Amino acid sequence: MSKGSLLSAIRLTKSFAGVHALRGASFDLRGGEVHALVGENGAGKSTLIKIVTGALRADDGEIFINGEAVRDNSPSHSRSLGVAAIYQQPALFPELTVAENIAMGRERSAAFARVDWKARRLMAKELLDRVGARILPDTLAGELSMPQQQLVEIARALGADAKILILDEPTASLSEEDTQNLFRVIRDLRDAGVGMIYISHRLEELQAIADRVTVLRDGQTIETREMSNTSREDLIRLMVGRELSAVFPKRKVEFGDVVFELRNFGSSSSGISSIDLAIRAGEIVGVAGLVGAGRTELAKTIFGLDPPDSGEILLRGKSIHVGHPCEAIEHGIAYLPEDRRRHGVVLDFPISSNITLASLGKLSGLFGLDLGKEKAIAIDYTRRLAVKTPAIYNAVSTLSGGNQQKVALSRWLMTKPSVLILDEPTQGIDVGAKAEIHELMTELAEQGVAILMISSELPEILGMSDRIAVMNDGTIVRIFDREQATQDKILAVALGHLSEPSASVDGGNSSALKN
Amino acid sequence: MGISRYKREISAALAYVVLLVVVGIVAPSFFDGGNIRDLVINNAPALLVAVGMTLVILVGQIDISIGSQFAVASVAAGLLAKTGMPMPFVAIFVLLIGAAMGALNGLLIGLLRLPSIIVTLAMLVLWRDALRWATEGAWVQDLPADFQWFGFGQRTGEIAIVVITLVVFGCFAWSLRNLIAGRKIYAVGSDDEAARLAGIEPRNVVFWVFLIMGGLTGVAAVLNAVRFSSIPGNAGTGLELKTIAAVVVGGTAITGGRGTMVGTLIGLALLGTIATALTFVGINPFWEKAIQGLIILAALVSDVALGRLERDGKYLAAHAGGTA
Repeated sequence: MSKGSLLSAIRLTKSFAGVHALRGASFDLRGGEVHALVGENGAGKSTLIKIVTGALRADDGEIFINGEAVRDNSPSHSRSLGVAAIYQQPALFPELTVAENIAMGRERSAAFARVDWKARRLMAKELLDRVGARILPDTLAGELSMPQQQLVEIARALGADAKILILDEPTASLSEEDTQNLFRVIRDLRDAGVGMIYISHRLEELQAIADRVTVLRDGQTIETREMSNTSREDLIRLMVGRELSAVFPKRKVEFGDVVFELRNFGSSSSGISSIDLAIRAGEIVGVAGLVGAGRTELAKTIFGLDPPDSGEILLRGKSIHVGHPCEAIEHGIAYLPEDRRRHGVVLDFPISSNITLASLGKLSGLFGLDLGKEKAIAIDYTRRLAVKTPAIYNAVSTLSGGNQQKVALSRWLMTKPSVLILDEPTQGIDVGAKAEIHELMTELAEQGVAILMISSELPEILGMSDRIAVMNDGTIVRIFDREQATQDKILAVALGHLSEPSASVDGGNSSALKN
Repeated sequence: MGISRYKREISAALAYVVLLVVVGIVAPSFFDGGNIRDLVINNAPALLVAVGMTLVILVGQIDISIGSQFAVASVAAGLLAKTGMPMPFVAIFVLLIGAAMGALNGLLIGLLRLPSIIVTLAMLVLWRDALRWATEGAWVQDLPADFQWFGFGQRTGEIAIVVITLVVFGCFAWSLRNLIAGRKIYAVGSDDEAARLAGIEPRNVVFWVFLIMGGLTGVAAVLNAVRFSSIPGNAGTGLELKTIAAVVVGGTAITGGRGTMVGTLIGLALLGTIATALTFVGINPFWEKAIQGLIILAALVSDVALGRLERDGKYLAAHAGGTA
């Protein structure tokens, strides 16, 4: 802990169900500085922030604010210590006025205390002036634009006497002009002595706004340095700089014909556009990109959950229409969704009916569902995928994460898909089950299934994919071949830098980016 | 697996057995043949409605408009019969009228995704008052000779009602377990987004469930109407409460996704028996509705308590090294 620290987090650790999100991360913030916090998806940024704001409790480690140890942190406790966080999506009450929203963080009175509307309005006006926002205090928050709402949030934080301001991707949806305005406000606050933690994927803007930068990787603090002598390349190197730790059971598979193809595919409602991609039988295509790049949206649109409005899907060269998941299933497309517990399985259902849910037609006989056959199929899959359970009629909710995922996967294997879309197939599951799922993917590829695998874990992407499609801003900006891809290159493209140093190869697709 | 999956049905059945024993000791005359026969005949139409209600609740919705639909269907049955239409056609027609009213609910709730409690509340008022306006409160009287008991005489008519009810009940109980449609109902009720991702269209499932609910209400209205020589315009008042109560008491989760037809049968038997037994035990029958309310609360509380116990049990088992 350095002297004059406003906030210092020391050796924080936190794990969720055995998966380490933080393993001894430290962070230090001084008054009157903008301190950038960068790292890949899953590096531990959000977890660190949530521990500081009291939304989560660390398993181990300490937090000091103004030199005093923080015990029993909670959202209200951290607020009383002057910590305020502003997220990418503004969290104002849309049905309340700006003045009421600002007062929400400040007035702390009994339920029956009378509201002093005049004072409230005056205070709001003064705070809005401080952040340079020309907004009437009586406007409904829901009527404001995104950048205006952000300024109101900052005003609210100031009203609550925030000394430590956390800005999480504040510029993600701002125009250039709004960004410059926000930066001006941030500099003013810095001069007034407020310490700010600034999280952003836009590495180039850090040069303009940050004083220091801390890089997190795999839940650990890699380095803290002055921004003035740090280049974008340095940051990318620090962010990845990881060896392929796990061993991936990827085997060379002979590719067949193109099974699945997207041509100029897009959906304005889910924010994806001009996607071109072809997958051959036996091929595993990894999809990399940052959170919000449109990876899950792409999968959902292919599967018929969101309506596409441009381009086409071709299956073995024939254009198909997918308006609903059941049509996708009929065409042999399967989708293992990202949020396993919420969407991948029906938690209250027995293992057996979870496995057969997407292919009930196969169980249909003259006298209704063939429950004997269902049992046999369920036993077969639980055995083949090594689902650890005492009985196939147990509810899926009784299984561990890895075993739930195997049940979800069994459901799609039973549909005998020719195209399998896997969305974060191994997220949050233990190492053993992870290796089994990777082995299974290789087996499926050998059987000629075309696989599209979305993953935020770069080693998994590099280890399992034959080709790697990198998404940014709703489209595929680059496709790498297995041999050419490295973590640095993928991350650079995912961050939106098309002019990455050794841009000699091209997987056949690169479309221009807006910024 | 096995018994633990049906523990809610089993506890309802045990409660019923206890009730029968108590009634048997306090008022043995309750078990006279005539009384039991009345009890069964009186509740047969309600069982059909409760079957539909079980589907509606399983799929995670509710229908409080069926009492009014029942009244419309009853009056329609009488008016159609008076035109000289043969009774089998009357029955089919009324079934279709019921299905049409149900389909309207299904369209609004399933396809337009409006909340079922509000839609069916509106329908409850709408059908009831439309009927009052159309009939001006008058009963349908002077029904043709072949209307009451289908023209068979009381004895045969009663047997017909019970047989029809049991056959329909049996079909639905079997289908719910053995048909794809039944599986879809459970899946949508458990988690409609997960169901959608497995290729099921929750909107269609909800639509069909409401349509079936309406059709069953139509059939129930006919079976009920033929027991009398005239049809009141206020038939079916309170039927929604009775059937929802039967479904909940029978162990079906009000949040959907869990429950069985057999549970509903037990639930209805329990409620029907209490209603009749009150007079035998010497309690003022005005208490009937209040006691129904208490039973519903008891069922909900025990359901939550059972859920808690299960979770705690699992927790303890997990923390005691997995030995359950």
